[in-house]
Amino acid sequence: MRKEEAYGYLMAAPAILGFFIFTLGPLLASLWLSFTDYSVTNVYKFVGLANYKRLFSGADPFFYKSLGVTLYYVALSVPITIVSSFLMALLLKQKFKGRGLVRVIVTMPSIVPAVAVATIFLWLLNPDIGLFNEILRALHLPTSQFIYSETTVVPTLAMMNIWTMGSTMLIFLAGLENIPEQYYEAADVDGGGPIYKLFHITIPMMSPTIFFNLIMGLINGFQTFTQAYIMTEGGPNNASLFYSVYLYREAFTNQRMAVACALAWVLFVIVLLLTLVVFRTSGWVYYEGDRQ
Amino acid sequence: MKAYRLRRGAGRTALYIAVIAVSLMYLLPLFWMVRSSLMSAGEIFLIPPVWIPNPPRWSNYTKALTTIPFGRYFLNTMKIVVFNLLGTVLSSSICAFSFARLRWRGREFFFALLMSGMMLPGAVTLIPTFLGWRAVVPPNSYLPLIVPAWFGGGAFNIFLLRQFMRGIPLSLDEAALVDGASYPRIYAQIILPLSKTPLIVVSLFQFLGVWNDFLGPLIYVNRERFFTLALGLQMFIGYYTAQWELLMAAATIVLVPPVILFLLGQKFFTRGIAISGLKG
Repeated sequence: MRKEEAYGYLMAAPAILGFFIFTLGPLLASLWLSFTDYSVTNVYKFVGLANYKRLFSGADPFFYKSLGVTLYYVALSVPITIVSSFLMALLLKQKFKGRGLVRVIVTMPSIVPAVAVATIFLWLLNPDIGLFNEILRALHLPTSQFIYSETTVVPTLAMMNIWTMGSTMLIFLAGLENIPEQYYEAADVDGGGPIYKLFHITIPMMSPTIFFNLIMGLINGFQTFTQAYIMTEGGPNNASLFYSVYLYREAFTNQRMAVACALAWVLFVIVLLLTLVVFRTSGWVYYEGDRQ
Repeated sequence: MKAYRLRRGAGRTALYIAVIAVSLMYLLPLFWMVRSSLMSAGEIFLIPPVWIPNPPRWSNYTKALTTIPFGRYFLNTMKIVVFNLLGTVLSSSICAFSFARLRWRGREFFFALLMSGMMLPGAVTLIPTFLGWRAVVPPNSYLPLIVPAWFGGGAFNIFLLRQFMRGIPLSLDEAALVDGASYPRIYAQIILPLSKTPLIVVSLFQFLGVWNDFLGPLIYVNRERFFTLALGLQMFIGYYTAQWELLMAAATIVLVPPVILFLLGQKFFTRGIAISGLKG
């Protein structure tokens, strides 16, 4: 073998080994485990599709409940995050004094540890003495129970993402700054106003970036865990029982590892199908170069 | 002409109003945290709320630091961060060097394989990984949180470094080869020193990722004396649900290190995020 080739394999070996040990191996192992009745203590045996059948039959009411909660959350949080971070990027692309500082202020919350975010919002959202209700009261608006009511808990958690969307916003900002200035100048010559530019230049040119953020938002949205685990523990009355919280509970509280593996595979397939659907319907995404 | 300038002026004013409103909105939660962390138990419950604590109660911080051993949790967290970071920087740069600058059969295939791993929901590998670690290391060991970093250091980091390394002229390697340098030497003495910027980006992301990680320590660490800061803060929430001034002091302690690092390295942070968007 050539020296270069030998070193190529050798130096890439950690990543390739890592992929087999920490990704592919566990991926297949969890598929196998999902067909067993493994639960830490017992001698386990192959049970076929029993775990899946039990989940889909509704014998465990939490399965459909958590699926519904998570879908509801994703349906709210993904559009909220994409629209608000896109608008924010449009705003922070303008030229004004102190722009660098404002960009830092808006992105900073995205690096605050999730546990600290949860702690801060538990305080801000406190129904009796939290700041948000104080502000609502001062404005003579109706107050809210926020995360302590079944109807408002999921929308509240989805809205919290506006504060921590900094990295999504930065991806949009980088995309906006890559749009060639000539396109806007051409629109100026044709007499196109700001609305015309937004819908005929900015959004079409940004569609690949919007598409990327949409996919990542979906994948991450389905896996939301920390906020709900810390702030609501799935409550009140399981109204914020996110899929990942339910999975964690099955695996580590109830020690039902095999069921948790089945849950994980169901999640995997859902995310995969959704991603495929989004890819299939991506006719709106405009790629420079494929003009027909 | 005059009307045009007036409209521009109004537009500027609206822009500045929007920008100031946004800045205040984003600073408010952090301000409220610090403000509440410096109040007495009585002051914090006043209605209407007081904006500036008077006098500031610095003792809340000493109280928070002593009721829960945040010093020990800080050291625990740093142990994981340092060894994880070391593995990440070393192994992701070595692997990126191979993917970016060496020619070998199957290179594109393996690279695509690594990248596909990024789209996988973490839950689907979580349980076998947990069971595997439980079989080979004692409970509360930090190895499950460190060792994976030494095996490639994460697909995203390899992607980011490879992207950069591909831009370095190949003539540098060729000249070094003619001079009799080996491939590891080209990596260590030519490519690595030229890749400082992306390595800082990788380190910054990794630091933030490990520092902020909650699920990992939650699963692998159960004994209190081995807790990380994130776990410590979560336990603190359980203990002191009504003592908001102490909770806010604890939250401030946990978020100060990543915030300082972010402020120092925000240019690198922005660049790294911009690259991650290019994947799409």
